Amino acid sequence: MSETMTALPGIEAAAAGVQQLSMQQALNRALDEILAENPKAVIFGEDCGRLGGVFRITDGLQAKHGEDRVFDTPLAESGILGMSVGLAVAGFHPIPEVQFDGFAYPAINQIVCQIARMNYRSRGTLPMPITLRVPSFGGIRAPEHHGESLEALFAHVPGLKVVSPSTPNDAYHLLKYAAARPDPVIFMEPKSRYWQKGPVDLTSVDAATAAHDGGADNGSNLTGARVAREGRHLTLVAWGAMVARCLQVAELAAEDGIDVEVLDLRWLKPIDAEALATSVGKTRRAVVVHEAPLTSGLGAEVAQLITQSCFATLKAPVERVTGFDVPYPSGDLEDEYIPNIDRILFGIQRVLEYRRG
Amino acid sequence: MTTKAVLAAVDDDAAPLTHHQLRELYTLMAAVRHLDTSAVAWQRQGIIPGYAPELGQEAAQVGSGYAVDRTRDFVFPTYREMGVARAMGLDMVGYMSTHKATWHGGMYNPLESRFAPIQAVVAGSVLHAVGWAHGQTLSGHAEGETGVAMTYFGDGASSQGDVHEAMNFAAVMKAPVVFFIQNNGWAISLPTERQVAGGSVAARAAGYGIPSLQVDGNDVVAVFEATRSALAHCRAGNGPVVIEAMTYRRGPHSTADDPGRYRTLDEERTDAGEDPLERFRQRLLDEGVADEAFFAEAQRKAEEEEEAIRTGIEDLGPRPGAEMFGLVFQEPTPALQSQATAWREESEHV
Ligand SMILES: Cc1ncc(C[n+]2csc(CCOP(=O)(O)OP(=O)(O)O)c2C)c(N)n1
Repeated sequence: MSETMTALPGIEAAAAGVQQLSMQQALNRALDEILAENPKAVIFGEDCGRLGGVFRITDGLQAKHGEDRVFDTPLAESGILGMSVGLAVAGFHPIPEVQFDGFAYPAINQIVCQIARMNYRSRGTLPMPITLRVPSFGGIRAPEHHGESLEALFAHVPGLKVVSPSTPNDAYHLLKYAAARPDPVIFMEPKSRYWQKGPVDLTSVDAATAAHDGGADNGSNLTGARVAREGRHLTLVAWGAMVARCLQVAELAAEDGIDVEVLDLRWLKPIDAEALATSVGKTRRAVVVHEAPLTSGLGAEVAQLITQSCFATLKAPVERVTGFDVPYPSGDLEDEYIPNIDRILFGIQRVLEYRRG
Repeated sequence: MTTKAVLAAVDDDAAPLTHHQLRELYTLMAAVRHLDTSAVAWQRQGIIPGYAPELGQEAAQVGSGYAVDRTRDFVFPTYREMGVARAMGLDMVGYMSTHKATWHGGMYNPLESRFAPIQAVVAGSVLHAVGWAHGQTLSGHAEGETGVAMTYFGDGASSQGDVHEAMNFAAVMKAPVVFFIQNNGWAISLPTERQVAGGSVAARAAGYGIPSLQVDGNDVVAVFEATRSALAHCRAGNGPVVIEAMTYRRGPHSTADDPGRYRTLDEERTDAGEDPLERFRQRLLDEGVADEAFFAEAQRKAEEEEEAIRTGIEDLGPRPGAEMFGLVFQEPTPALQSQATAWREESEHV
């Protein structure tokens, strides 16, 4: 990154080192650097130019990089994603945004039938280096269609990769990593965490660039899961906003002498099966926590991967604590829907008290 | 019918076609006609499982495809653009491999041929053209040098929301795109009058402020000239153009279709109008551009070509199963790699 780069609003000028940033700032910073480092990167979507996006993730980027690099589109999600395909064919690295998760539905045709298949269809001659940013999940008492959890839907589609950061540091690095990939990545941002601050290590910027050039892991293991907390008795598997909640739960459980490990899955496709095997191989018990509905959710996939690698040593069936099989409820019921601390503690209890019948 | 500008004329001062070019157009149309009717026969003979014929659309396809500049333009087709592919000089074995069920999308190289993979979601590729075209704008080509995206779709596809989004995007962004509609009268069994509100697809362009024209899609020269002037309009930085080529799909929608359930042969004969190939042949004869010997030679070449393509696709073996796994991603996932390994062990007993 160039030393002369001017800082965007809200971000201190220092170019490197560890800074306290919110996830919104970390993402903004990452996008800023991606535009500076990759002349083929373009950012577009609804209101992401002049306004800087309804969540301000693209704040200041148009003013700094110009209207050719960061532009507003008409209000049409299929248009935004379909246009990404053509830009990718023309050699660009599109970083489109859909404003809210629920509005990815109108673009599903383009995502599933076009973006996910073009590399395959063209026998590898038309890669789709598209990073679709989706402000995701609930927790902000938003109107209908503003709090959906689409990860299982996306992860099920051959040809797509799916990632979700849980911390500002991961948001920064994973976005830079995703945008450097030659394959389509759905980048699910936990919108309820946008304003939480955390340390972001900006020193490894060059390493992220190396990943862009060589396609290799940049040294901070951006390709797999992350142990957010070490523990011996049980593994909580989570991603997005649920990671922070699981860490809270782990603190509470510790008061009762239960030592909980929290595994932040980060990649929802490909899932880091090895990290699951290592963690649960050690703790021998697991609870998967996600906001998405239970049935056919990723929790089932995670449970199966754990069963496959740890069947012989598991002390209890893998438990799931999830949203329910209901349309995402309005704000007043949100706290009932999203796994709360009590429900996760009950899940832990079920696993700890399990007795073979 | 005659060429009719719906909103504004998009004209240029291009020279009339030379005799050589006219003969070339005929040769292409004859080749496409012969390959197309042969492909239907191949399906009946069990050489290929299916095909989407374009009998009667040769003028629309050859005339437009011939205008494309393969050094800088890019075509985004659907599933019925064999004639465009042939006019652009594609590897036709690679093209036909889709219909042989060898590979979805075809076995040609889209980057070299400038012809995107064949795909079957109607209107799916119309937005891709807009994105590619906007890429041309972003790349800042000098005026008159820019590449133009050509997107092909049918009257049925024009009912899809993506076409609206594409036209709106293109107009707002002034993207160099030619929306080339082949209105062949039918979307499977539904006739245009029950498909397209507002009179025509071209008429809709006015709502986006896009110049549009309807052209006689059975007149190869009219189609070529309309496309050439649309490309010039786009190249000059004036934004998109809509061309609606009025033609007629003779015969079935696909080799699995039975048009007898929605129209009679008598209706087909009356509505289809004059055969575009026959009509062009008569014109070349009348104008002294070509003689019977030329037509006989064109037919002989078409037959030779068809034979070579048939041999080519007959020789296409099945693709190695490993490609199923190897071409999903540029960077394969561990899960996919282990599935590939398991498949190899279980199917090849290695
Ligand atoms: C989105 C979508 N819906 C349905 C189909 C099935 N289908 C294939 S072709 C076709 C009719 C298309 O008509 P038109 O766009 O006029 O093109 P034509 O086949 O006449 O060339 C239909 C309904 C499809 N391919 N894509």
